[in-house]
Amino acid sequence: MTEAAFTADDFQPAAAAHSAQAASRPSLSYWQDAWIRLKANRRALSSLYLVIGLLLFTLIGPLIWTVDPSLQDLEQISQPPGADRNAVVVAPHSPWNGVARQPLGGGLGLAEPPTTQSVRLAWEPLPDAAGYRLYRNLFPYEPGQPLGLPLFATFNADRRHFEDRLDLKPRTYHYSVAGLDAQGEVTGAVRSLEVAVARVVTAQDAQDIGLVADAGQLSPGDRIKLRAHPLGTDYLGRDLLARLMAGARVSLFIGIAAPLLFIAFGVIYGAAAGFLGGLADQALMRFSDFVVALPFLLFMILLRVASGVQPGESGITPMVLAMVLLSWPAAARLVRGQILQIREEGYVSAARLLGGSAPYLVLRHMIPNTLGVILVTMTFAVPTAIFTEAFLSFIGMGVAPPTPSWGSMCNEGIKTMLTTPHELIFPALFISVTVLAFNLLGDGLRDALDARMRSAE
Amino acid sequence: MLRYSLKRLLQGLVTVFLIATATFFAMHSVPGDPLAGDKALTERIRANLEAKYGLDQPLMTQYGIFLGNLVQGDFGISYTQENRRVNDIIREHFPVSATLGILAVAFAGLGGVLWGALTALYRNRWPDMAIMLAVILGISVPSFVFAALGQLLLVQVNGWLGFSLLPVAGWGTVAHMLIPSLVLGLGTMAYLTRLMRSSMLEIVGSDFVRTAKSKGLSASRIFTHHQLRNAILPVVTVLGPAIAAIATGGFVVEMVFAIPGLGRYFVQAVQQLDYTVIMGTTVFYGAFLVFMVIVVDLLYGWIDPRVRLE
Repeated sequence: MTEAAFTADDFQPAAAAHSAQAASRPSLSYWQDAWIRLKANRRALSSLYLVIGLLLFTLIGPLIWTVDPSLQDLEQISQPPGADRNAVVVAPHSPWNGVARQPLGGGLGLAEPPTTQSVRLAWEPLPDAAGYRLYRNLFPYEPGQPLGLPLFATFNADRRHFEDRLDLKPRTYHYSVAGLDAQGEVTGAVRSLEVAVARVVTAQDAQDIGLVADAGQLSPGDRIKLRAHPLGTDYLGRDLLARLMAGARVSLFIGIAAPLLFIAFGVIYGAAAGFLGGLADQALMRFSDFVVALPFLLFMILLRVASGVQPGESGITPMVLAMVLLSWPAAARLVRGQILQIREEGYVSAARLLGGSAPYLVLRHMIPNTLGVILVTMTFAVPTAIFTEAFLSFIGMGVAPPTPSWGSMCNEGIKTMLTTPHELIFPALFISVTVLAFNLLGDGLRDALDARMRSAE
Repeated sequence: MLRYSLKRLLQGLVTVFLIATATFFAMHSVPGDPLAGDKALTERIRANLEAKYGLDQPLMTQYGIFLGNLVQGDFGISYTQENRRVNDIIREHFPVSATLGILAVAFAGLGGVLWGALTALYRNRWPDMAIMLAVILGISVPSFVFAALGQLLLVQVNGWLGFSLLPVAGWGTVAHMLIPSLVLGLGTMAYLTRLMRSSMLEIVGSDFVRTAKSKGLSASRIFTHHQLRNAILPVVTVLGPAIAAIATGGFVVEMVFAIPGLGRYFVQAVQQLDYTVIMGTTVFYGAFLVFMVIVVDLLYGWIDPRVRLE
């Protein structure tokens, strides 16, 4: 056994090897780390861009497209996007006595070129007819099929002309005239005519809707272009793009304001319950259990009825309030659970040991550590709130009529979905895209922020 | 188990009582009263009507009468439909809603489990991608849009075939029920599919599946007897809330498809401010939903004996 002899040199400190201590990469805060993860997630990132785009559409859009969403363009009602906007200027309407007839061919004919101002029809006598009834249809005449909208009936066999001025649109109509017997029954003799109606506008109307400054500038026969509506118009002739922007304000405001408020309330409530613990915790949580048990949509409707929206009010505030009243318990429960866990952590004990007061501990240490979970909950609450608003507005229990929201626009659009589907498709598309974007963003945030809640995908 | 059931039942009753109370006071805080309608009433008629409906009593007395009647299962008389009892309205229209809802839950449950299992089996291959795309759509598109699209599709298909394959609206036969209940179940189906997928993926890698495989069991038997059975459990837990979502989602589907269900009636009553009908249907629906959640919770304990109910 040999003994090593130590010299004083052996007890000198070793040369400082700084390379072992130095951080090889810059240290990252929690949020920086989360941001890097989020950026790596292509789906979440594109949905984030989509959300930003929607916010820009809502906030900047009305500055670019400055059309008043409540302005009615009565010349263009229920126009699909990209419809022909050309119109011919005509003289004001003057009564017609049916005298100036053109020679007729095929029984039923036009006395004058058909326009949206009037369609003047005349017909030759039908066999055995004691009277006539005139119909207008959107579909060609087929024996056995309905003839369409009855416009006019007479028992005077010599009265063989009619002027149609009923809500004419620039499209193709099929007029049919049927002979009537003395009892008023259809004899079976039918003459039909296809009429392509041209869009016209009087000089005065053109001035009234602001197409020209002075009606005197126009003379009959001039061609003008009507107002542009990139996404078409609704059933009252209101610009759909402007209404979608105004509706986005309502829908996104409710969709973001309501979750912000109820999550803020839930955080305070849950943090209080979790921090206080004991009997207070039990009482607070029991109360939140009862709010959870209330059927959500039924009570949304009830609260809406109870708040009694007055004429002229939009009904947005009662809806947000009702949502806050009914939705906070989920956030409260989540935050309470988190606080109960965090309360036992070493850094909280350390802060308490250093003399931190209770509010300081909760606000400075506990709530910031739950922020990730809260943010994820918030992102998932937005689509739910937008859905709720749309659902309530759809059944007529949401925002009051003159105020547009995507849900109420769907409600209006669904009535005419067979003839003008664009009035339903555009608002429905906006709801779906918004909900989709927030859902995907929520998925991405959850993966980025919270390892425990990471999805199994 | 019995103790737990009784406790839950008691809690449910308290919740229903709270629902009834909240509904009553919410209704009575509305400015005006049900008689302030479109017809001008003389003093005398008004007094008679108030006496008939008990509106001349103090609010707390009215509340007492309301609760007393409620305990006996009597919801009162409709204001807008003269002499029609709310009980009769519920008895007549609830079975329609219930049929629609049960079919929708069946569609959603079966579809969700099936699609979810498929996506997990074909993970990251095209069936998975296709189904998950559909699921994202199902979660993002509101139910009324599905209802409208379903109806539009029926019109097109019927027009294209030249005869009525399935009726576009109305109620009565099985053919009437198919599309509305499918539409009603779609959102929930998408949600369940997602849940089933993640629960299936978790189970594919678990020990008992590996054991089953090493025992030499066939893939199909492992799938049906080991994976599916275990993966289905989380789906059962959310069935309670799912039933609630479907029950209220029914309002819209009933409106769009002109189905004479209770949901459509409720919306109508709200629009006409028919207080007794609103109170009656709210309490009835509320009680129904509260007890459905309890039943599903109890069922869960029965399906999965490992779960201790307490």
